[in-house]
Amino acid sequence: MAEEQEDLESSAPSGIRSFWTGTISFGLVTVPVALYAATRSRGTAMRMVAPDGSPVERRYVCSKDEKTLDGDDIARGYEIDKGKFVVVTDDELEAIEPRKSREIDLSRFVDADSIDPVYFDRGYFLVPSSGTNKAYRLLAEVMEKKKYAGIATFVMRAKEYLVAILSENGILRAETLRFDDEIRTPADVGLPKKTKVSAAEVKKVEAQITRRTKKLALGELADDYAERLEKLVAAKERKREDIVRVSEEESPGEGAEVVDLLAVLSRSLGGGGVRKPARRSAASEAKKRAKRK
Amino acid sequence: MAARAIWKGVIKAGTLEVPVKLYSAVTDRTVHFRLLHKTDKAPVKQQLVSSETGEAVDYKEVRKAYPLSRGRMVILEDEELEKLQPEDSRDIEITRFVDPSEIDPRFYDRSYYLGPDGDAKAYFAAAEALARKGKEGIAKWVMRDREYAGALKEEDGYLMLIVLRHAGEIIDADALKPPGGRALQKREIEMAEQLLTALHGEFDPSEYRDEYHERVMELVETKAKGRKPKVTKFRPRAAAKDDQLDDVLAASLAKVKKSA
Repeated sequence: MAEEQEDLESSAPSGIRSFWTGTISFGLVTVPVALYAATRSRGTAMRMVAPDGSPVERRYVCSKDEKTLDGDDIARGYEIDKGKFVVVTDDELEAIEPRKSREIDLSRFVDADSIDPVYFDRGYFLVPSSGTNKAYRLLAEVMEKKKYAGIATFVMRAKEYLVAILSENGILRAETLRFDDEIRTPADVGLPKKTKVSAAEVKKVEAQITRRTKKLALGELADDYAERLEKLVAAKERKREDIVRVSEEESPGEGAEVVDLLAVLSRSLGGGGVRKPARRSAASEAKKRAKRK
Repeated sequence: MAARAIWKGVIKAGTLEVPVKLYSAVTDRTVHFRLLHKTDKAPVKQQLVSSETGEAVDYKEVRKAYPLSRGRMVILEDEELEKLQPEDSRDIEITRFVDPSEIDPRFYDRSYYLGPDGDAKAYFAAAEALARKGKEGIAKWVMRDREYAGALKEEDGYLMLIVLRHAGEIIDADALKPPGGRALQKREIEMAEQLLTALHGEFDPSEYRDEYHERVMELVETKAKGRKPKVTKFRPRAAAKDDQLDDVLAASLAKVKKSA
């Protein structure tokens, strides 16, 4: 249950919302930015419906008095003892690391290709969030030219992240990285001691590798399940089978969210500045979601 | 303490067969909060209701639907969805070997260590060969009814499998137009280059620690004792105006040189 609620907090309903706003800094230069997810999780297209075909929405209910709750009625709590909670506010969580909650301070630049892939977690696009974008363009250009990544730690949604800022095609990206102590060593896992193998055995595998080395084709990374699902959907649509009517808002059509995200990003990257989202509390996020549905 | 294997499979590449066990290579340290009703501090629970009638819907009765265009959805029955499930298999099929630089870091998701499951020689021979060739295998497998793509690589003499996101999960940056504006001045670019070079170093992940996690737990303890935590705010410096960027860069360089 706790897991489920955590999920609910972290899953963006549409991905169009910015996750964090603040500044990146290098030296004394500051760059106001907003973070948008650069990945979307699979399986988001599917909706839940009631037996009669009407769309289902989530409602928040107090487990004690069974009252339906509005976003403003909800707070974040940490369970210290069974059934005993300490309420923690967003302001208090931000006050722990006020600077890191608002600033990504790039005090170190490294070669972008020196970061082991095992560290990579999640990607975000950074878009300039104020009218002026010169410092953004300057950082993007120089980082890309030198093939550098900027490293920092910062706090987003009550969690500290190690982050690499990368530049590609004039656009800055943030890749959250795992902390070193979040990655186990072979000894932590309890892998056995290495066994000596003969050169002949290694050579045999090397021959297989050589024979099977090819350029990476993105088709290898296609989502086969999603493709089968889309085929099924298309077949049922053709036969007009099990079609239900919902409001346009409920079903804006396939891929609409992605198009919207690209539109939002393009608009903000275009230099017009992005509308600064208010720092929302967990509660008002929940409320917004409740309204949306 | 040795970790528990979460799955067993067999790596297959041509005539090559390596039986392996999977272990999670990462630990999760997120602080889990619960949503509470503000007034009585009772946990909040979720209920599903019909958007039309407002009546509660049992989780077991919920059906799945896929949105079409123009306010239509198509209902998909459980049996139909079951048929889409991939077939069970223990194979980790290596479809090709590639140069690691071909894999965009954004594809990397969760990592798993592989341990030998029986034939240790085949296992360590594969690890050594991958290291010597400097290649990674593109792997496909089905685990718990889900299809995965991954990169098989060598790490510290052992095999590691990193889940790769599907192509559709990555938002293509090529579809985006970078911010435009008046051309950057040569002097600005030069100073920024000098500044970044001065700040350049090795990537040493052990230098960075998540201190916030502990401090959140301290905050919880403080509040549990009925004490009031101190709340301070931070206001980031205002961004320099475009015509001041030159001066800010010069000041940054002077500062870096002084502390060097």
